[in-house]
Amino acid sequence: MTASPILSAFRQALGEAWAGGAGALLPVGFFAGAAMLVPFGIGHEDAQLRAIGPGILWVALALSSLVTMERLFQADLEDGALDLWLQTDAPLSAIAAGKTLAHWLAAGLPLALITPVLGLMLQVPPEDVLPASAAYALGGLAFFFWGGVGAALTATVRRGGLLIALIALPLYVPTAIFGALALQSTASGLPPEALYLAASTLFALAVAPFAMAAALRLAAD
Amino acid sequence: MIQVFANPHRFMAFSKAVQPWLYALATVMIAYSLWQAFYVVAPEQVQGDSARILFIHVPAAWLSMSTYVGLFVCSFIWFIWRHELADTAAKSLAPIGAAYTAICLATGSIWGKPTWGTWWQWDDTRMVSVLVLFFLYLGYMALRAAMDTRQKAARAGAILAMVGLVNVPIIKFSVDIWASLHQSASVIRMDGPSMDASYLVPLLIGALGHTLLMVALALTAMRTDVMTRRANALVLRQAVG
Repeated sequence: MTASPILSAFRQALGEAWAGGAGALLPVGFFAGAAMLVPFGIGHEDAQLRAIGPGILWVALALSSLVTMERLFQADLEDGALDLWLQTDAPLSAIAAGKTLAHWLAAGLPLALITPVLGLMLQVPPEDVLPASAAYALGGLAFFFWGGVGAALTATVRRGGLLIALIALPLYVPTAIFGALALQSTASGLPPEALYLAASTLFALAVAPFAMAAALRLAAD
Repeated sequence: MIQVFANPHRFMAFSKAVQPWLYALATVMIAYSLWQAFYVVAPEQVQGDSARILFIHVPAAWLSMSTYVGLFVCSFIWFIWRHELADTAAKSLAPIGAAYTAICLATGSIWGKPTWGTWWQWDDTRMVSVLVLFFLYLGYMALRAAMDTRQKAARAGAILAMVGLVNVPIIKFSVDIWASLHQSASVIRMDGPSMDASYLVPLLIGALGHTLLMVALALTAMRTDVMTRRANALVLRQAVG
């Protein structure tokens, strides 16, 4: 064996994201489209948009993270990669975490990278958009790991996408709350809520891989 | 304790004997608390007659949370020891807990309209937390329903129940922080420092009655599940010849 299975799962997830044409760009399109629908729904007053803009982006980010989640582990189940993982010495939780991290790099980080543009369009003050995008990247990581638990649990279910949403959305609540609070006062330095956001993401990173591993063992049976 | 009830035959005999008593006790206790609520206790000083809904709302709130803990405990026992009855219990508890959660939300809403002047108050942390709990129940039941075998439903459900429970304190904490920033001072709190004994005693009896009812309903659902399995096994055996 040349490469460790954790590393190869990581590389494979990155490769898959770019293999299917615009695969990795689709969530970005969905994210931008969902955010752009908001002014049409609530009106174009600057003050109103400025007040709700950061929150709208959190909601759009949460929904966008779910768009690609369904296929996260299904392909590995179908092509037998999961069975091979189970035969290696590497812990399945580490492989699942590596795969989810790669998926976040391909489909989650681009979302955080375009939040400055979307934020400016939603009248968020220019000096706030860059610290905000760091918060979106951090919170998005937690979304992807909880979503990954849903994806692993529903790997054997056909058309499990909506089920993932129902399972994962309650688990998104703390991240959405801490994320929104962290953005309320970015101008005056790092607010304590940003630390809560980081803590909730760390919690997701610590707990979700073990739940994913248990769920993937079930899917492989 | 676990070992004793893990045997389905012993469970069926035990539950058959206990069940009618549980239903009878629950009925008497709930009827007593409702009779007190509607005919005996004086109208609350500030809220008037609307406070009477408390005698349904508070037991429902208590059971929405304790049933979820029960769901977790059963899932945990099943995950570690693989006792089939623990999974049967988890499967049976979920819809009962979801129903009590829905009752808690509905009665809270009905109480809130005359008291707060609104059906829904986002700055009340308990309402929001219970709403998230309701979604946790829905996700659990939907996941079980989507699995094609009983064994898979049990495993997936157990994993999700455990993930859900470790998240509950964090969800509660985050909702508390979130609401404390938007808190309006005019909200009248139900749980004042002192509650009159004429309220407290029927309330506790009602809560106990609903708890017994929950256990009785769970036992009925579990017995149904065990019998369904036996019937299926019988059909299979006959089909095989």
